[in-house]
Amino acid sequence: MITFDRVTKRYPDGTVAVDDLSLEVPTGGITVFVGPSGCGKTTSLRMINRMIDPSEGRVLLDGVDVTTVDPPTLRRGIGYVIQQAGLFPHRKIVDNVATVPQLLGWDRRKARDRAMELLERVGLDTGLANRYPFQLSGGQQQRVGVARALAADPPVLLMDEPFSAVDPIVRASLQDELLRLQAELHKTIVFVTHDIDEAVKLGDRVAVLQVGGHLAQLDDPATLLARPADGFVREFLGRDRGIRRLSFVPGAGLGLRGDLTVPVSADVASARGTAEPWLAVVDPDGGPLGWAATAGLPESGTFEAVPLAPYGTFVRDRDSLRAALDAALLSPSGNAIAVDDSGRAEGVVTREVLDEALVLAAREASRVAGETRADEGPGEAGGAREAADGR
Amino acid sequence: MDGEPLVRWDWIWRNWSTGRAGSIDSLLQQHVVMALLPVVLGLVVALPIGLACVRWRWLYQPTAGLMNVVYALPSLPVFMLLLPATGLGPATVIIPLSFYGVAVLIPAVVDGIASVPDHVRQSAVAMGFTPLRRLLRVELPIAVPVVLAGLRVVAVSSISLVSVGALIGQGGLGNLFTDAFKRDFPTPAVVGIVLIVALALLVDGLLLAAQRLLTPWQRARGSA
Amino acid sequence: MNWLTDFFGDPAHWSGPDGIPARLLEHLAFSAAALLLAALIALPLGLWIGHTGRGAYFIVATVNVARAIPTLGLLVLFVLLLGTTTVWPVLIPLVALAAPPILVNTYEGVRGVDPDLRDAAYGMGLRGGQVLGRVLVPVALPLILLGLRLSAVQVVATTTVAAYAGLGGLGRFIIDGLATKDYASVAGGAVLVVLFALAVQLLFTLAQRTAVSPGVSRRQRVR
Repeated sequence: MITFDRVTKRYPDGTVAVDDLSLEVPTGGITVFVGPSGCGKTTSLRMINRMIDPSEGRVLLDGVDVTTVDPPTLRRGIGYVIQQAGLFPHRKIVDNVATVPQLLGWDRRKARDRAMELLERVGLDTGLANRYPFQLSGGQQQRVGVARALAADPPVLLMDEPFSAVDPIVRASLQDELLRLQAELHKTIVFVTHDIDEAVKLGDRVAVLQVGGHLAQLDDPATLLARPADGFVREFLGRDRGIRRLSFVPGAGLGLRGDLTVPVSADVASARGTAEPWLAVVDPDGGPLGWAATAGLPESGTFEAVPLAPYGTFVRDRDSLRAALDAALLSPSGNAIAVDDSGRAEGVVTREVLDEALVLAAREASRVAGETRADEGPGEAGGAREAADGR
Repeated sequence: MDGEPLVRWDWIWRNWSTGRAGSIDSLLQQHVVMALLPVVLGLVVALPIGLACVRWRWLYQPTAGLMNVVYALPSLPVFMLLLPATGLGPATVIIPLSFYGVAVLIPAVVDGIASVPDHVRQSAVAMGFTPLRRLLRVELPIAVPVVLAGLRVVAVSSISLVSVGALIGQGGLGNLFTDAFKRDFPTPAVVGIVLIVALALLVDGLLLAAQRLLTPWQRARGSA
Repeated sequence: MNWLTDFFGDPAHWSGPDGIPARLLEHLAFSAAALLLAALIALPLGLWIGHTGRGAYFIVATVNVARAIPTLGLLVLFVLLLGTTTVWPVLIPLVALAAPPILVNTYEGVRGVDPDLRDAAYGMGLRGGQVLGRVLVPVALPLILLGLRLSAVQVVATTTVAAYAGLGGLGRFIIDGLATKDYASVAGGAVLVVLFALAVQLLFTLAQRTAVSPGVSRRQRVR
């Protein structure tokens, strides 16, 4: 556990980067520091491994004031990942990853073995081990950065905007990779970002910091989205807060209809006479192919000959209500196809079922927010404003 | 050297301006011409070659390699090798110094043009600048600080190197060094060193001022 | 071009204390001593200033003046003041000439290392000296070697001038030839010094190829 106990960082020119910050970072979870530039999130992070020392207050790591520990010794026990990865350009990838084990006096062989193991673990081809950093893409370099931070198996990982310099697609895959790693490793991670979507996606808990180094709110993402503590947090969370909140409602409870899928080999005659306007066509393995409109079916033949409309899917056991809604919006039918982990269609979630789930989610959100009426005001043109503003 | 002061001021006053060939002021004049002519010549030659290297990238590697070699050539031996062609005249000193100037300035021109941010170049193209106009109005002005930095290096080392020419009697203020050595009399050496360093710092300062004047947009950032 | 054969063809020029091999060795010894002394002073100073950032103003001030100082003048002055009983009057100006390029380039090299890299190195728990030795120096090596190369080439060139003040070395052929109007000797000496300087240049270029990590020079091709 990392504890900030009334920590203030004031620079000689009078700037206050962090102002009386008190919070706890629980062991084994991801705590995200998020906020606009100048909010002191990076400064706060860097006070944990003593890259910066606080002016007042204490930072405790498992109850020990970090300023009592020699900085290099402290840092060797804390993984550190920064924006541009900061890989040593003159050393091969494998040597980069083995840096801290070697500092700790591991023998060369063991350090290298460990480095190779970690490269695989972060999803890199071990064939890259003997390359130099400049020969890797930005995303690959960032993975090496993570592997290097994990090399000595530190219980704590500090990540300072690690994914903000890569393109959105690579960023998303790095985020997924981090979550997958974390599910195996259960490190205590402090993650700094300015991107609220990244914070909400990765954080078990999110600390929103305000310019001048004030802690505006510290909550789990669902609560943060449902009940922003003040105008600053609400503004920072942005417009789609209601929709984004659906990411925290599981999609597993959605009722399925099994009668709306047809195999592509089926005869169109079997569908004639149905009242349903759309049917989901699946291949012999059960993978969805698209939607067939029952109104325009040919006289005879199988569904092979039927033109199919686009569709969306979500993984029922894993994805959220937001993903299900998204899948529905991608189909002209307005229905979402639920699939299992291997991509086989399990059934169809209809618009009506989604409607019901959305109403339930909205009620639940209101309950979390502690309000009696609907959370959102009468959606005016300017976007959603709180009915309970000024509370 | 007992009792002999490092500088005999009376010697300086007596020899400052005698109207004869070896007076200090005439040597100073000669020095300025011999040192700065190569700087001008160097720039005039380096500019088109540098621009050609920017235009045709493949030219740059071999040119840079060659210039590296030119820069490594020791000045005194080169003076000597030129003697049969140019005789005991100032050209023997001016020609090699011009080559050094070219060797330093070509990379400066290339780096200067390369320092133009790509988005600036692209937007100039997009606004319909012709290549020549783009060069004159956009790329060269932005390259000025880098080119001037090179020019400062060339000017200062040229001012210092001219003095070696004294060994063939063509060294401007450097003649004071050979004079001092022949007569076992340190004052001229001190005068020569002080004047050369002062001249170098003055020219350096002027070039720096020129840079400030030519690139007012950099002043806010307080460059060195 | 017959002076070339006059000079190099004469067997008398290939032996004895004023023969080519002896003069070459003298030239080499003086240049090496000056470069070594200069490196011993300038390298640690440049590393320290670059690493700590303390005394950077010193670099700017020194370098501009140092580049302007005429070595011939300094040489004459030291010889006049200290006499020629020791090598110091010649060595001091050479060292003064050789130190600034090493100092500036080492300083610029270390200072120019990407701050993120420095940050990452400290963040992983390297100590100050380890950051310098394991990260900053290897990354700054191209510039450090450039400084050494520029110095070496200048020292070789200027050791020639030192012959004027009575020192040995290849410059003797030039200075003595000038005095006796023996142009074959002047030109032969000049050619020798030019070749020597180019050899030094080449040597340092090769050293750079082998000493600098391919990850820094980016020479290794992507497989």
